[in-house]
Amino acid sequence: MTQATMDQPAAPENGDGELTTADGTPLAVSLRRSHAQARRRAFFLVLPLLAFLLITFLAPIATMMTRSVQNYEVADYLPHTTEAIDGWDGTGIPDEAVFAAMAEDVRIGAENRTIGRVAARINREIPGVRSQMMGTARHIDEMTPPWKEAFIAEDEGWANPEFWRLVKRETRTLTPIYYLLSFDFEYDSHGSIVERPEEYQVYRLMFVRTAWMSLLITTLCIVLGYPVAYMLANLPLRYSNLLMILVLLPFWTSLLVRTSAWIVLLQQQGVVNDTLVWLGIIADDGRMRMIYNQIGTIVAMTHILLPFMILPLYSVMKTIPKSYMRAARSMGASPLRGFVSVYMPLTVPGLAAGVLLVFILAIGYYITPALVGGDTGIFISNMIARSMQGSTAELKLALALSTILLVAVLIFYWLFNKLVGVDRLKFG
Amino acid sequence: MSESGQVGASVAFDGVQKSYDGKTLVVRDLNLEIEPGEFVTMLGPSGSGKTTVLMMLAGFEPVTHGEIRLDGNPINALPPEKRGIGMVFQNYALFPHMTVQENLAFPLKVRHMGREDIAKRVQRALEMVEMPEFGSRRPGQLSGGQQQRVAVARALVFEPNLVLMDEPLGALDKQLREQMQYEIKRIHENLGVTVVYVTHDQTEALTMSDRVAVFKDGIIQQLSTPSDLYEHPQNSFVAQFIGENNKLSGKVTEVSGETCRVDLDNGGSVTAAAINVEGKGARTTLSLRPERIELDPAEDCPNVLDGKIDELIYLGDHIRVRMSVAGNDEFIVKVPNRSGSLDLSEGTTTRVGWRTDDCRALDPVDLA
Ligand SMILES: Nc1ncnc2c1ncn2[C@@H]1O[C@H](COP(=O)(O)OP(=O)(O)OP(=O)(O)O)[C@@H](O)[C@H]1O
Ligand SMILES: [Mg+2]
Repeated sequence: MTQATMDQPAAPENGDGELTTADGTPLAVSLRRSHAQARRRAFFLVLPLLAFLLITFLAPIATMMTRSVQNYEVADYLPHTTEAIDGWDGTGIPDEAVFAAMAEDVRIGAENRTIGRVAARINREIPGVRSQMMGTARHIDEMTPPWKEAFIAEDEGWANPEFWRLVKRETRTLTPIYYLLSFDFEYDSHGSIVERPEEYQVYRLMFVRTAWMSLLITTLCIVLGYPVAYMLANLPLRYSNLLMILVLLPFWTSLLVRTSAWIVLLQQQGVVNDTLVWLGIIADDGRMRMIYNQIGTIVAMTHILLPFMILPLYSVMKTIPKSYMRAARSMGASPLRGFVSVYMPLTVPGLAAGVLLVFILAIGYYITPALVGGDTGIFISNMIARSMQGSTAELKLALALSTILLVAVLIFYWLFNKLVGVDRLKFG
Repeated sequence: MSESGQVGASVAFDGVQKSYDGKTLVVRDLNLEIEPGEFVTMLGPSGSGKTTVLMMLAGFEPVTHGEIRLDGNPINALPPEKRGIGMVFQNYALFPHMTVQENLAFPLKVRHMGREDIAKRVQRALEMVEMPEFGSRRPGQLSGGQQQRVAVARALVFEPNLVLMDEPLGALDKQLREQMQYEIKRIHENLGVTVVYVTHDQTEALTMSDRVAVFKDGIIQQLSTPSDLYEHPQNSFVAQFIGENNKLSGKVTEVSGETCRVDLDNGGSVTAAAINVEGKGARTTLSLRPERIELDPAEDCPNVLDGKIDELIYLGDHIRVRMSVAGNDEFIVKVPNRSGSLDLSEGTTTRVGWRTDDCRALDPVDLA
């Protein structure tokens, strides 16, 4: 009797010794079928969200990434030249055929008033090209072949080999230039990749600063958040509820207000400095600079991101029974030893989730560094925002920077997954 | 003497009291001496303070008043990790992020033992609970019964002199529970450690223990051997809590030596052993075990009452008869199924009788 109930009830077999269900379908097939049905149903449930994400999230990102490598001006507005210059070997200046093609393009461009766009594009790299091209366009109807001589007579710029090399390079519709710029590299006049002059280098520094400051902020969040989460999970309900409200309070106040509050506190005529002066710890003329620099960004962002560390930690700690620590101690482990070898490993899923949340949020943070970061405390996202408001080229640079940031986050996530295993994470 | 040469510790509770909130006493005046190597069970209804006593002994709850001694030394101020007491928790508390081996090695590592020594002891402990091949699994990959055995092995692997177990079998089904009871008992006998065991399953307490302490409201109601507890309950609570019990209430009219005369509330008068009566005129509750009652007794039976048979339940080896006797309609009699057993039928009236020794006059309880 007991024996029979303990055994697995065996499924009937068909002739081939394959397991089947009651109606004779193979067991494996009907199992797959029932799973497929469940999957289809699940898919329909997420369909609206999927459509929403596709339109509002994935499509813009894809556009952003393609536009950051697009380079269509020369190819679009100098089509004949693009074709003719393909055969040129890049030494000296091109022959008559290329000049003839250029004459054709300049005439069409003058008629359609599109020549200005390509002139502006090249002018960005060789100053003076704008007037050279626009001037030639104005007189193109009066000029006659041979075009090479006519052009050079019109403007010395047409005899500049650098100009032609640039035109040849820019006939490519895809360009890595914005990515090179993002890492403080550029093309020199010979078309090889070189570092930009020191005084123009800014983005690499920005990326590095964003990374180390985000890491520091994440570390501070762990150091400050772990004990709080522990108290939340282990204090009697009465106190822990109050504490929880304090943790959640920041979510009820606008980000802008909280950041501004830090300005009030930390500025040179602010509360903290006033108090320190009043206590005589610092002199009135020795007030500390704690805002509009890195300290400001670190303090304000740690404060703002702290709940994202505390909440996942808390949700994991809440599920750890007291008996684990008790068991450890009953076996002779000191409280510290028990904490390190039993309690902490069990909180890793929450810690990992917190680190992931805080670091990824920090690395793309904009508003707080913009308000309290001054010059030394701003992040890469602030540079992106600045570039966004500039010309087309600057916009493309912003897109390239954003793409790099996105890829960096993805790489971080991937590495993190390798180390911790994202399927083990618990966010709340 | 145990096979391992390990000796159990002695434990003494001396006037121990415990309050969590400063208003009520969860443990009131606990006095208990446990001999080395003894298996003592604390049995009692939920909330009676069993776990609290265990936690004080293990050092996780401070003692509000009184003293606990281990091998004669006061341990009130000793932190848990210095007490060297093994413990099996109700939910096992196996560390989920460690394998079975690592779990067992933990108390040994904490004691800075050598790697080889640890491996040897872990393997031996696993063999003791008959799970030598499960060392590399994680607790999550074990069944409830297997986890329970690992928990026992872990509590014993560092050879403590005293092991505490808080309802270790509570989560197991009946069959597995019985098997584990046997195994724990076997291990106890082999090792000779002192075991303090908590349960609210009376069968478990009776089958496993050398002595059982019955708890109620933070007080030990009775501390005796299992047979003594069943045969000679000292008060109505113990009589009711351990085994099956028939209650009749009445008033003491006469006390003479070991026996007393009791007038039942619903008419009739019987003699009973005077165990826990205040004296002449006091109210009392009589306690009678169902298997000690005879149907249609011989003429010389000292105590005879009339009863009506309400229900007969055939249970194979015996017949359970529910009767109305002296106003108690839950009066149970167990009639052994002997050949030539009496003809019983529901609705008939018959005589019931018992020996004076088997009827114990205890403290009065409200029969609601
Ligand atoms: N940490 C605590 N704080 C306050 N009161 C507690 C605490 N732990 C237990 N109590 C109270 O003490 C009393 C005894 O609890 P205890 O856990 O010792 O009972 P128990 O006999 O082990 O019961 P069970 O059989 O249900 O496990 C209960 O009334 C309980 O509510
Ligand atoms: Mg308990």
